Amino acid sequence: MTTMNDFMRKLIVSDDTIAPKEPQYRHIEQEMIDRDRRGFIDKIMSGALGGSLMLVVPMHSELFGELLSEEPTISLDESKKKQYCFIVDVTGCIGCGACCVADRKENNVPEGQYRTWVERYVIDMLGEVYVDSPNGGEDGYSESRDDITNEIKDSYFVPKLCNMCDEPSCVQVCPVGATFKSPDGFVLVDNTHCVACSYCVQACPYGVRFINEQTKTADKCTWCYHRVRKGKEPACVAACPTGARKFGDLNDPESEVAKIYHSKALLSVLKKEQGNDPRLYYIGAGQEVI
Amino acid sequence: MDAQVLNYVFPNDMHPHWTLMIVLYTYLTGLVEGAFIVSALSYVFGFKSLQPIARFSLVLAFSWLVVVTVPLIIHLGQPTRAPWMLLTPNYDGPSMMAGFGYIYLIYTLVILFQILFVYRYEMVLFKATSSGIKHHIYSILTLGTNDRSKEGRQIDTKVIWLFGALGIPTASLLHGYVGFIFGGVKAVEWWFTPLMPIVFSFSAAVSGIAGVIVTYIMIKLFTKRVYEIKTETLKTLIKLLWTFFIFAFFFEMLELGVHAYSVTENWHHVKAALEGPMQWSFWTMQIKVLSIIPFFILMWLSLRTIGRIALMFWGVVVSIMLLMQVFFMRWNVVVGGQIMGKSGRGFTEYFPEWFDKEGILVAGLILIAPIVILWLLSKIFPFWESTTEGER
Ligand code: SF4
Ligand code: SF4
Repeated sequence: MTTMNDFMRKLIVSDDTIAPKEPQYRHIEQEMIDRDRRGFIDKIMSGALGGSLMLVVPMHSELFGELLSEEPTISLDESKKKQYCFIVDVTGCIGCGACCVADRKENNVPEGQYRTWVERYVIDMLGEVYVDSPNGGEDGYSESRDDITNEIKDSYFVPKLCNMCDEPSCVQVCPVGATFKSPDGFVLVDNTHCVACSYCVQACPYGVRFINEQTKTADKCTWCYHRVRKGKEPACVAACPTGARKFGDLNDPESEVAKIYHSKALLSVLKKEQGNDPRLYYIGAGQEVI
Repeated sequence: MDAQVLNYVFPNDMHPHWTLMIVLYTYLTGLVEGAFIVSALSYVFGFKSLQPIARFSLVLAFSWLVVVTVPLIIHLGQPTRAPWMLLTPNYDGPSMMAGFGYIYLIYTLVILFQILFVYRYEMVLFKATSSGIKHHIYSILTLGTNDRSKEGRQIDTKVIWLFGALGIPTASLLHGYVGFIFGGVKAVEWWFTPLMPIVFSFSAAVSGIAGVIVTYIMIKLFTKRVYEIKTETLKTLIKLLWTFFIFAFFFEMLELGVHAYSVTENWHHVKAALEGPMQWSFWTMQIKVLSIIPFFILMWLSLRTIGRIALMFWGVVVSIMLLMQVFFMRWNVVVGGQIMGKSGRGFTEYFPEWFDKEGILVAGLILIAPIVILWLLSKIFPFWESTTEGER
């Protein structure tokens, strides 16, 4: 069976630079075989292909190269019991762009493409809303907007990233099942399987997806799944100097996200009418934020 | 604030992800459907006046069908993985794109077998009189039969009818499906409407019929056999074109009207796009120049008694206009939806490069390829009625 798998992979998957061969990754492969993603091919190949899930994490990332050699500290079963949640506190964001820099490094994102970005909202006295995000806000916002003539009423920064939807439209449309929801609730891309049709890019209401120029496959924020499974925070959360980005387990009453979630704080999600049920929440985002 | 003035798009949406190749893909599938309808009207519904071009339309449809997947595969970032679409289709979603491969394959088989049966008797005759490669080709295509009996030919007619009848729903499905690939994307307001498959199907018929008219007349012109063009056939084609165009245009306008009348937040954005970056391609070209003018030309050609030469001349002119109309319509759907972006606050731009992998030159080659394929097929499948046809 393995021989057939190898054969098929050679036949169809040309990109062998990303395929994991080292035995130390086997455990992740094994864990992921239980996902019921690939319909009949999985059955045909007795799950031999299922392992490629782990390729969701970009092997070409320098930082990741190190992390990958570590075993995940949280088993998939353990991870499944958690209810991961991301909260962005708009009132805390200072628009420094540290998160974007960290993300680009962590995930080796090509220039000009964005797994996460920070938008600047400016609202004038007449209620006109001005939004910009030069270079995804990565260079910070040292220049103020001089094209707004009216007096300014409000201004804030909105970090954007994958919403890890509970009803992800990207998963729904992917013709080959390369975009999928992991058993512990992360929406991920198997980049050894993606044909790069861009359908998921079209279908994501939040514009967080792109076809990675280097891998030539679909890419997006993973909430740093590779770190999370090692008990670490996503890189952007770790990098944020003000703690505006928060990540944790809602089932853990001691976690900051659980405390906020169960408090009276007004949480909102983006484009609620799309019905995607995001697991990314915002504190203090005005209704003009889309 | 006016989206055009503000002009903010999400940083990953600066360039459309679906390019000219996807426009072409939707365009080509449409041409196939339209040409097939012409042949089906003759074989299934017994339109006598279309009989002289029935098999030509069928072969024409096939030559377009062959290239349909080319732009799709060129567009894929990982073209070598294209077989995954068939091997690991995502039916959980379900993904609208996952079914396309299957429908395409089924449809190809239906058309192929129909062609083989339409030409079976003649090929048996050709096999006996030809030699060399041609003889071998006919031997393969006749699938080993040498039957020349009347009964055999009666069975052919029945099988042709059956494949034609199967082909009509498959053809509609194929193109309606392409429409749904767009119509099912809720994230793009300009696409998200159940009318999309209907709009696509009718405009497909328009482009295909127009394609048949142009190629029919052009081939006769270049082979100096204009006298063989049957006025009645042409007239029927033009009436058909008009009918389908009325439906296509009606549904296009209905779609726009529903958007406009709802006056939702989305509509403000769509309206700004239609009046801004899409002004020329949508209002000027697709609607004013290439819909309203052809509508009146077709009305005149359909309702009045027109001389043969004028009918041919204006038939070609109006068909070319409608071929362009459908192209603009596809462009405005595919590119327009992406130009609008998802930020609701601005638009991006797109114009294909000349020499890009997905650029204008490649698109031109893809559009020319079916003509070459058609010419090659004409060597094996004679398009026009022969003496044997009369014996039926
Ligand atoms: S935000 Fe977009 S990419 Fe992320 S899960 Fe939702 S639909 Fe998919
Ligand atoms: S680009 Fe890749 S992940 Fe996205 S829909 Fe296509 S095959 Fe699936």
